[in-house]
Amino acid sequence: MASDVKPRVKVPKSAAAGEAIVIKTLISHKMESGQRKDADGNAIPRSIINRFTCDFNGESVIDVKMEAAISTNPYFEFEAMVPEAGEFKFTWYDDDGSVYEDSKKIAIG
Amino acid sequence: MEMTRRSAIAMGAGALLIAGLPIRVSAAAEDAIAAFTGGAEVGAGDITLTAPEIAENGNTVPIAVSSGTAVEILVLAMGNPTPGVATFKFGKLAASRSASTRIRLAGTQDVVAIAKMEDGSFAQASSTVKVTIGGCGG
Repeated sequence: MASDVKPRVKVPKSAAAGEAIVIKTLISHKMESGQRKDADGNAIPRSIINRFTCDFNGESVIDVKMEAAISTNPYFEFEAMVPEAGEFKFTWYDDDGSVYEDSKKIAIG
Repeated sequence: MEMTRRSAIAMGAGALLIAGLPIRVSAAAEDAIAAFTGGAEVGAGDITLTAPEIAENGNTVPIAVSSGTAVEILVLAMGNPTPGVATFKFGKLAASRSASTRIRLAGTQDVVAIAKMEDGSFAQASSTVKVTIGGCGG
């Protein structure tokens, strides 16, 4: 599973200090809900990303607990405050223990 | 077959069981709400849930939640086999207490958002979404 997972994050390159910016994240993941059955009628075991977090310079922006009802290729849009220049860190936690990470720098100006 | 007192009681119990079924389906959702609120009363208030009235494809239904003072927002799909959808926990640097995502809905049902406010109170908003094609692959 871990091979075809690709996070995509959209963050503005720069912002004014104290400005609120919109962040959009998407990660390719099939998010197997555990409800589907294969051709033989056996249930396909659940395999989802169960948590997503976004931090800025170590301070939390959002922490999402995800369950099976989140769609394939989970998408999140939210707003973050940018008090200073720094780096956004995005982390996704998979059911199978994998952790996917991405980060984006933002400048003030 | 003659109707005896015993068979009447058995039939009554059976009818009760059938009547009780829909209640049991939503028990999981009620448990999830109770676990989130700790049994506190949930009123209406500062929480908005934006969801489409009709979703053609239950596999990706766009929803958005927002609130002025929420610290946490729980989203539940009351008619799904597992009602939990997501819990948004807003950190110090969240510019607004809002987020949007895409969810799966098994069929036409109510989507519920419950916000936990800074003062520890809870508010709820719900929206009925009509789903043309369910999103659970059944």
